[in-house]
Amino acid sequence: MSTPVPRNKVAQWIEYRLPIFSWANHNLIDFPEPKNLNYWWNFGSLAGIILVIQIITGIVLAMHYTPHVDHAFDSVERIMRDVEWGWLIRYIHMNGASMFFAVVYIHIFRGMYYGSYKSPREILWWLGIILLFLIMGTAFMGYVLPWGQMSFWAATVITNLVSAIPWIGETLRDWLWGGFSVDNPTLNRFFSLHYLLPFVIVGVVILHIWALHHRRSNNPLGIDVKSAKDTIPFHPYYTVRDLFGLGAMLFVLFVFVFFVPNMLGETINYVKADPLQTPPHIVPEWYFLPYYAILRAIPDKLGGVVAMVASIAILFILPWLDTSKVRSARFRPIYKQLFWVFVADCFVLGWVGANPPEGSFVWIGQICTIYYFAHFLIILPILGKLERPRPLPDSIHEAVLKKRGGAPAVQPAATMEKH
Amino acid sequence: MAETSQHGEHGAPATGETRRDFLILAAGAMGAIATIAVVWPLIETMNPAADTLALSSTEIDISGIEVGQAIVVVWRGKPVFVRHRAPEEIEEARKVSLDDLGDKQSDEERAKKAEWLILVGVCTHLGCIPLGTKQGDPRGDFGGWFCPCHGSHYDTSGRIRKGPAPRNLEVPPYEFLSDTLVKIG
Repeated sequence: MSTPVPRNKVAQWIEYRLPIFSWANHNLIDFPEPKNLNYWWNFGSLAGIILVIQIITGIVLAMHYTPHVDHAFDSVERIMRDVEWGWLIRYIHMNGASMFFAVVYIHIFRGMYYGSYKSPREILWWLGIILLFLIMGTAFMGYVLPWGQMSFWAATVITNLVSAIPWIGETLRDWLWGGFSVDNPTLNRFFSLHYLLPFVIVGVVILHIWALHHRRSNNPLGIDVKSAKDTIPFHPYYTVRDLFGLGAMLFVLFVFVFFVPNMLGETINYVKADPLQTPPHIVPEWYFLPYYAILRAIPDKLGGVVAMVASIAILFILPWLDTSKVRSARFRPIYKQLFWVFVADCFVLGWVGANPPEGSFVWIGQICTIYYFAHFLIILPILGKLERPRPLPDSIHEAVLKKRGGAPAVQPAATMEKH
Repeated sequence: MAETSQHGEHGAPATGETRRDFLILAAGAMGAIATIAVVWPLIETMNPAADTLALSSTEIDISGIEVGQAIVVVWRGKPVFVRHRAPEEIEEARKVSLDDLGDKQSDEERAKKAEWLILVGVCTHLGCIPLGTKQGDPRGDFGGWFCPCHGSHYDTSGRIRKGPAPRNLEVPPYEFLSDTLVKIG
């Protein structure tokens, strides 16, 4: 391990005044991580990197964008046609949003599979849920900015959700709009907030990492780190692996950017917003579809809104709803299967959300919504009491060695698990 | 606060402690008032501005609308439906029993003149514009309007009959300035 005090004179001068080198060394180089992390542990760093990509491309786009109802649509088209490399930057930003959600959802499912929300990581988990809410809000407001038909009507439908709040709902909605419909004041404030929120996200990400580095990463076995033998330093083992993961993610992102940049979007958003013409079929972007299905599953306006918000807010109490003491699904034979049922349920909700609320989609959506909440409110509390977990290994070190055929304790270079 | 009074019991001059308590309380109260004073304009500034409020009435000429036809006009950035109802539409709206309605309102309350139905064309569910104004639009199961977003059906009086919308289509404030001129707002 490298020494915490730098040898270079200039670095020493700085270190004495601001201990940035020992800080970096502690958090990024020597930081001990469990040696058995698998590739599902890449998605946190990927989310962080995509946030940076979104901020950089977004700042550039804001230099060319005009937040006014008469000019917004045209200024986006100008970015696509006339601005140097504008098409590339916008397509990265647009598909980057989808990539962000894909990465974040995998990150959340990872946490659910391996019980990363359990003590002592509840606050880490909460900060993650707050980040999800912030990312959703930012993505929604960003989608409004091109001022296409779907931008306008998504803004109308979503801001109308608050009008479901009894008594003050409609006043609150007009306050959000700054008028009596989604109009120029709305577009202006959405632009302002869309620029602001990513920096709020950065702030919460710092808290998220602080909490992570305080109580350290969970791992696929879900057991605590007991000695230095259970860990390897962050650098070079996980820096290299995070870079490899980054390469893989960028590959996927640029397949979308270069070959199917509009696959995930709605064609009708290339038609300028018309406040007097609702498109025949309003659908949100793919990453909001499951929530949209839950909203529509409840045949009551306020009830639908409450259920939709609750579907995410329920994650706040997940650490207490899951009564099992064992973190990792690897040692919970029944939970392991029900986890995948839950994932499938989310996918079916997404599929229902993409379709018009007619015929069998109505009852399928309702059953999946009931199952979604039953998973948290009924299955997890009971399962933790009934299920008999498989025996946990004594330590990460021992489990890793056993997996490698009981090889002698040579410091293994490749410690990642094969799935 | 509890802590400082405890110090008082341990022998520190009681008068000094009361004075400190008072100062903390007064400073805290001023701080709270100042915070509200700062936050208030920041919240208020997001409300509709004076020019937005000024656009709150519009006059329309309804002489060109044939029986059975409807037009859409813009009021406060929202569409307003003006429908010249046919006698059978009026009859259908008026014969419905109030018990069959989710949001109970008689047709007489909703139309100042029976043949003219004037409504804010915004679905009370999540704000889409219901179809049914143009010729050939689907009008839903009750012959009025149909919202394509989440499937709400409105009748020939614009009342919600089926679907997730909680209320009838809103009737804007309006008055007949003459037989052919209506002022909305």
